[in-house]
Amino acid sequence: MKVMAQMSMVMNLDKCIGCHTCSVTCKQAWTNRTGMEYVWFNNVETRPGLGYPRTYEDQETWQGGWERTKRGKLKLRAGGRAKKLASIFHNPKLPSIQDYYEPWTYEYDMLLSSPQGQHTPVAKPKSLLTGDDMSIQWSANWDDNLGGSTETMQDDPILKHMSEHVAEELEQTFMFYLPRICEHCLNPSCVASCPSGAMYKRVEDGIVLVDQDQCRGWRMCVTGCPYKKVYFNHKTGKAEKCTLCYPRLEVGLPTVCSETCVGRLRYLGLVLYDADKVGAAAATEDEHDLLAAQRSVFLDPNDPEVVAAARREGIPDDWITAAQRSPIWKLIHEYEVALPLHPEYRTLPMVWYIPPLSPVVDVVASSGSDGEDGRTLFAAISQLRIPLEYLAGLFTAGDTGPVERVLRRLAAMRSGMREVNLGREFPEEHAAAVGMTGDAVQEMYRLLAIAKYEDRYVIPTAHSEVARELEEMACSLDFEGGPGMGGAGPFGSSSGTPVPVAVENFHALSSRQTADSPYGPSTPGRVNLLNWDGNGKPTGLFPPDEPQTPAQPGGTAPGDPGSLPGGRQDAAPDSPDGFDGSAR
Amino acid sequence: MTNATMGQVLLWVVLPYVTFAVLVVGSLWRYRYDKFGWTTRSSELYEKRLLRWGSPMFHFGLLFVVLGHVLGLVIPKTWTEAVGVSEGFYHFIATSMGTAAAVVAVAGLVILIYRRRSTGPVFLATTAMDKTMYVFLAASILSGAWATVQTQILAGGHGYDYRETISPWFRSLWYLQPEPALMAGVPVAFQVHVAAAMLLFALWPFTRLVHAFSAPVQYPFRPYVVYRSRDVSVSSRAPRPGWDPTDRAR
Repeated sequence: MKVMAQMSMVMNLDKCIGCHTCSVTCKQAWTNRTGMEYVWFNNVETRPGLGYPRTYEDQETWQGGWERTKRGKLKLRAGGRAKKLASIFHNPKLPSIQDYYEPWTYEYDMLLSSPQGQHTPVAKPKSLLTGDDMSIQWSANWDDNLGGSTETMQDDPILKHMSEHVAEELEQTFMFYLPRICEHCLNPSCVASCPSGAMYKRVEDGIVLVDQDQCRGWRMCVTGCPYKKVYFNHKTGKAEKCTLCYPRLEVGLPTVCSETCVGRLRYLGLVLYDADKVGAAAATEDEHDLLAAQRSVFLDPNDPEVVAAARREGIPDDWITAAQRSPIWKLIHEYEVALPLHPEYRTLPMVWYIPPLSPVVDVVASSGSDGEDGRTLFAAISQLRIPLEYLAGLFTAGDTGPVERVLRRLAAMRSGMREVNLGREFPEEHAAAVGMTGDAVQEMYRLLAIAKYEDRYVIPTAHSEVARELEEMACSLDFEGGPGMGGAGPFGSSSGTPVPVAVENFHALSSRQTADSPYGPSTPGRVNLLNWDGNGKPTGLFPPDEPQTPAQPGGTAPGDPGSLPGGRQDAAPDSPDGFDGSAR
Repeated sequence: MTNATMGQVLLWVVLPYVTFAVLVVGSLWRYRYDKFGWTTRSSELYEKRLLRWGSPMFHFGLLFVVLGHVLGLVIPKTWTEAVGVSEGFYHFIATSMGTAAAVVAVAGLVILIYRRRSTGPVFLATTAMDKTMYVFLAASILSGAWATVQTQILAGGHGYDYRETISPWFRSLWYLQPEPALMAGVPVAFQVHVAAAMLLFALWPFTRLVHAFSAPVQYPFRPYVVYRSRDVSVSSRAPRPGWDPTDRAR
């Protein structure tokens, strides 16, 4: 048993209103750059729909993920190592920019600069690739809210695989939203596809990252990922992907998409798993057994044997505690309401979903029945085959059994809590019918519906204490022109290698940002030399200067703010007076 | 080094060594200073139809061309004759295989250059360095192809035997006893080809051609999934040359 920790996410689809706030904030944080215009690390798809990039789930076309050979081994669907090297000069299965969409902007300048005339000026769309006029034909969420989907919906790969009667009944359309980020899989096919070895899974938290210095732009990862969540930056020629906001997670903050989620539907937490079992689980013969196989890889963090094994692997105690409190573990294992997206790709994805009950409730309610009534709901779940089969196509490789069980649990919770709301006892028989107890259902309700911030996100901080603090000390002389000379290379600060994103920088930055004065100590009369970045003269570091006669021409020190022309004469004594040009 | 004029020494002694130095030092410098810029900068995302044909043709053609150069330049004539390869047989194999590889590579190059010029986004993503590189790349390949056609095919017979002149000169550079006089009587087409190739190699480290040095030969031998620890990959300050990271016990 080799215990490893995996940071993972669960999304409760019933609460997603499709507002795209997660996509927009993610884009603002990570992909608002040239070369990444078309990239959405987080996108929200309307299902049924084609997805982004178009029909990415059709692995017969795109060849993402793994497949099981007849001899029971795992093989990259797009071809093994030899085939990868043979096709390195031209990746035959790479989506083109048109499969995502051609990025564009508008000629906003025309609105301001066009001369007065009879007609209102318009901002024409301009391609961000060529700069030419373009007609917008598609985007990352063109079929949002089923817009125009009568033309495109039949191409939805999930619908294509469903039985024939679906097409006829599609007129009673159902719909829900599916927010997607990188799955940070336990058996990542993108990592396996990378010829350069630039992609890796972090040992500590399982986050899958691209080493930008090592990536050579062979683009095999884009093909390898069945979720198409590795993107090619066409400006830098390097692959980029969702980082699970690791600089935030390392300091205990949730990802940007989770933090800004309006519906509060995202959960973040650790799962412990047995790395030795991953390969066998991914090679499970029957696709329908992959869900159970992946569940069997996870380890119970409350099991003393697992805890002991985790300690042996060097997993810190606060991480084990976090794994025990993890909402992900509860949703996957205790309540068993979360399901993985497309387990049939055999990558063992680690962003799981609670399938939405709302399509069923909507149909029941629109037929005039009581959408909250337990018996009606239970009957509807087993009768409404379309939503059930569609959800199964997404979450269980087509096996409706597990989806039905989850929906029944959600229905039991919904109807049971209605009873509680009406002042009655929680109906134990509803809970028993779905194999739970009333208390467990109410606990699940608190996690899913009340969804307190501290319950949704249980994120242990990265472990850096010893080594990193020493490094910060060494770093304190690293300012531009300072003795450490780490601030900039010989060609100025924009040259050379960028300063890495790390917990320590985050703390240093935030303490600088929140300090009253950028240079002064936080406690009056004390100087913390460890925090001093070498700039200026913190108050209290040196004995006070000789009292100076104010405004004596030519006689003041050059850095004295009181002596500067137009300087604030009434500056408070503890204002940044340490900023002394001569000290640099 | 008898009978070598100043021009010959410059062209066939100074230029090759300068080229070699620029190639080695330039590549090391680029690798240390600009790992981030070390990439193929693929434009496949913009255009696939022409690339599908052009790129494999060019690259595979060129691989065979390189193989041919190794055979012709590195292996002395006496060696092949020792194993019983006659001049006529060698000439036939070298000329036929070389011409076939050259045709494929040149056709690929033409497709790629046409694609680069005619596809809007691809042309916009072409830097000045790319264009310079294309000039020298095309000059090397076309002059080489022309030299083969002119001296080996059109000339008839056994053609020009570069294994008596160019190859010994090339090897003499590596023994550090350069013999520029060997290049004096070489046909102009070959002289142009060799000079253009040296300029291309000198330009090499500063162009996207560096991707050739990162051919993923280790890929078949590593485990599929790569794990890395946060400790080695993340540091709060930029790594600087000169200090080896100490092994910190946890």
